[in-house]
Amino acid sequence: MDRLSELQDFYWQATFETLYMVLGALLLGGVCGLLLGLLLYVTRTGGIKSNRVVSVLSNVVVNTFRPIPFIILIAAAQPLARAVTGTGIGNKPAIFVMAIAATFGIARIVEQNLLTVDPGVLQAARAMGASRTRIIFTVLLPEALGPLILGYTFAVVALVDMSAVAGVVGGGGLGNFAIVYGYRQFDTVVTWAAVLMIIVIVQVTQFCGNALARKVLRR
Amino acid sequence: MALIEIRAVSREFPGRGRKAPAIHALDGVDLEIESGEIVGIVGYSGAGKSTLLRLINALDRPTSGTVTVDGSVVSALTERQLLPVRAEIGMIFQQFNLLSSRTVWGNIAYPLQVAGVPKSEHQRRISDLLHFVGLADKAHAWPNELSGGQKQRVGIARALATNPKILLADEPTSALDPQTTDEVLALLRRVNEEFGITIVLITHEMEVVRTLAHRVAVMEKGRIVETGPVFDLFANPQHEATRRFVSTLVEQGPPERTRERLRERHEGRFVTLSLRDESVTPSDVFAQLIDRGVRFELIHGGVEDVNGRTFGHLTLALTGDPARVDEAITAVSGMVETTEVP
Repeated sequence: MDRLSELQDFYWQATFETLYMVLGALLLGGVCGLLLGLLLYVTRTGGIKSNRVVSVLSNVVVNTFRPIPFIILIAAAQPLARAVTGTGIGNKPAIFVMAIAATFGIARIVEQNLLTVDPGVLQAARAMGASRTRIIFTVLLPEALGPLILGYTFAVVALVDMSAVAGVVGGGGLGNFAIVYGYRQFDTVVTWAAVLMIIVIVQVTQFCGNALARKVLRR
Repeated sequence: MALIEIRAVSREFPGRGRKAPAIHALDGVDLEIESGEIVGIVGYSGAGKSTLLRLINALDRPTSGTVTVDGSVVSALTERQLLPVRAEIGMIFQQFNLLSSRTVWGNIAYPLQVAGVPKSEHQRRISDLLHFVGLADKAHAWPNELSGGQKQRVGIARALATNPKILLADEPTSALDPQTTDEVLALLRRVNEEFGITIVLITHEMEVVRTLAHRVAVMEKGRIVETGPVFDLFANPQHEATRRFVSTLVEQGPPERTRERLRERHEGRFVTLSLRDESVTPSDVFAQLIDRGVRFELIHGGVEDVNGRTFGHLTLALTGDPARVDEAITAVSGMVETTEVP
């Protein structure tokens, strides 16, 4: 316990770094995942703008990247991360690789949630003379907003999980804190302090996500 | 030139699986619809009526043939060229298809936004429409708070928002209970009478056609098998499919299984009178029987009002002196179509 109070500053910094990485990756991966998810959705057979070639290609890409375990992806993508962010070590390359992983995961979540939108409603909008782009932004996404919020909440929790591996490329965060100060120094209290904070972050995220989705769905 | 002209239209869908034959949803359909008409398209599911309706606002395209609406060949326009045309054609649906993410107000505002109507005009237009459909107090309700009938009325208000010339109604009452159905049909009639909007309605319920339509087209297996004014079709159906539909509302005499039961309970000769002509009323016929001292009992059938005219089939059991009964049947035959029930 005494050691934990000594490490207090590092603990709060690690918490902050985790939040920073998660939010950064969520922002980047969230937008890219939304676009890729839309692409998967509209190009499906029978979709708003079905296109077999684009559909098969985007599915192959998503299915290629999604199964790679994050700890391997972060190592394998390091050269790319260096080329893009200018450095191979630290939080920035970690965010970059987390964003890539999040993009493919979120793309599938987005696609699945968009598929729950009643095609009849889209047809009604089309019958009113709405263009495809308008239908996507004024009908499709608003109609799927509730499930999308829950999907993104799920993605945030997955990102907290990924952030724990950031230590591999010299990123900080609670995962790194737990390994360096807890596990390697046989200090269970420190390890569990990190675990506790992660649990708190996940609980708060899920609570907010649920509340927001409930508000949007009005139930 | 008719408002809607459908000429030699066919629509094929590829069969399921590689070698499956193509499905002919529509097979050489011709139909003209005049401005201000209410036309009912009747058929069983799979007859092609939905496909036909969707060709009018080009949600679907014909494989061959042309569809012309108000002078423009919609079957040949690109999706982009169609956008303004579609503002002229409202559409309502069996499942209402309201946007659950918008309130009643937001749903009616949507087509106005799409059509680029200035926001300053929304307030008046939407509240006029809400009053017209009787939902002024529901402006800020969400669709999931409404009953089926209310949802359809919002659907109607939304379809009318851009002042269309045509309203396409895809089974508009099939998801509603009988009383709500009547309310929605009455509202659609007002849409036609007060705004002169042409309505094309598809349904499998003859009751809907009887109360609303001026003219009917009966479809079977992708073809229109019979078309004509509603009363004529009811009074004198030519095609087997039409007869089946008419009999769902008014049976042309007792069917075989009912006859046996009637025989057990009633004596005498059974005759079915088919009333199709206003000049002869049931009481004229009954007078003939009474004059000859023939006793009669009404054992089957009924009359319906079709477009303000009476139509129906009444089956009577006649008893009395056989010669008198014979004479009475001959006399009645000269007045209305009379069929002796075997």
